[in-house]
Amino acid sequence: MNLQWDVFLQDPGGQYPTYWQWLLSAWGWTISVSLLSLVVALVFGSVVGIVRTLPDNPWLSRLANAWVELFRNIPLLVQIFLWYHVIPALVPFMKGVPSFVLVVCALGLFTSARIAEQVRAGIQALPKGQRYAGMAMGFTTVQYYRYVILPMAYRIIIPPLTSESMNIFKNSSVAFAVSISEMTMFAMQAQEETSRGVEVYLAVTVLYIISAFAINRIMAVIEKRSRVPGFIVSADSGGGH
Amino acid sequence: MNIDLSFYNWELIRAFLIKGLYFSVLLTIVSTIGGVIFGTVLALMRLSGKKPLVLPATIYVNGMRSIPLVMVILWFYLLVPASFYALFPYRLGENYRSEISAVITFIAFEAAYFSEIMRAGIQSIPRGQVNAGMAVGMTYGQNMKLIILPQAFRNMLPVLLTQTIILFQDTSLVYAIGAYDLLKGFDAAGKNFGRPIESYLLAAVVYFIICFSLSWVVKRLHKKIAIIR
Repeated sequence: MNLQWDVFLQDPGGQYPTYWQWLLSAWGWTISVSLLSLVVALVFGSVVGIVRTLPDNPWLSRLANAWVELFRNIPLLVQIFLWYHVIPALVPFMKGVPSFVLVVCALGLFTSARIAEQVRAGIQALPKGQRYAGMAMGFTTVQYYRYVILPMAYRIIIPPLTSESMNIFKNSSVAFAVSISEMTMFAMQAQEETSRGVEVYLAVTVLYIISAFAINRIMAVIEKRSRVPGFIVSADSGGGH
Repeated sequence: MNIDLSFYNWELIRAFLIKGLYFSVLLTIVSTIGGVIFGTVLALMRLSGKKPLVLPATIYVNGMRSIPLVMVILWFYLLVPASFYALFPYRLGENYRSEISAVITFIAFEAAYFSEIMRAGIQSIPRGQVNAGMAVGMTYGQNMKLIILPQAFRNMLPVLLTQTIILFQDTSLVYAIGAYDLLKGFDAAGKNFGRPIESYLLAAVVYFIICFSLSWVVKRLHKKIAIIR
């Protein structure tokens, strides 16, 4: 098999002068969708995960459990279809929202359920004594979470958060289904137009691997910087793609 | 926008959903079995400590795990040659090209994930068990088959089943190559009757019920195994 890389210099005859410029733009979309979804997922996942560990709040934690079960048990692609086709039709003010935002909501909330699980596991992995110590010092619930529990819990869950951030890059590929012009969409369209599938897919695959690796390195730096000396915990990241 | 409840009828299920559900379940079962078999092989290769075995297995597993599943599906659809599909009798290869490609993809892809589960399972067996097996004169193969793998499988059963539930959810991604799975059934029904909203809502409910009840069963099983041990 001989590869012809000059396929990327051809003119797709659309918005972009060449295929490689289109590919770069698609990479940009992949990165934007992934990073924004990660922010959404971290915010919602943290809130839901923390709520599940709060003492004396059975209804709130039941609600949080329902949240996790709901977003975990429906395939991501179905959730994206729900956000794209169903929610704008049923909720009036969502009508004009661009599909990019809808996909970020879908991917972000989907991932928030997994992050909520990890936040909860991280908090529960701490010895109970830490909580009681905070209480004994006269801290309010908000205070002992803010100053005692969360700073430790977030350090514990950096390894599973790393794999979740890498997952988000991989999962962003599902956005092709609602015509976000990210890399998988590019791969499918460019393959169709040029019939040089191997070159196109190779380029896209390599960019996905580079993105995942970059996130992995960034998280490794964060983990190293935030490490508490003499406190090594490994949290299990579980299955998933 | 109002929901038209008359959309939910027997005709919808018979004409669109049964076929899709059948393929989704078949794909899940076949690729779980295939994935566990090849995954065990990969895990044993990685644990063998022999470089010509460790290296290719490691590259394969890490490679598969760093590429999005949709891209893997597209790759296999592109690369499996037409001569392979010609091997199937009764023009099956011609009529079910996407479906056959999906089965191969999922076996290959899930093998990487199952091998990581298997590796963790095998490593969770205490060293003493391995040494005891060797001390009574068992070969490596006997030791694996009679001592280690039975225990590893048992330890790993809940994780394996959880992965199977994820796998069932992931079968919806064969949408990318147009294979007819459960989601495609809902998609086609929604388009056919001009009722996409009702159709996708039902899709979400059906997937939720299936996956929620399966994970409830896994949770029960996990508790049962934990008590025995």
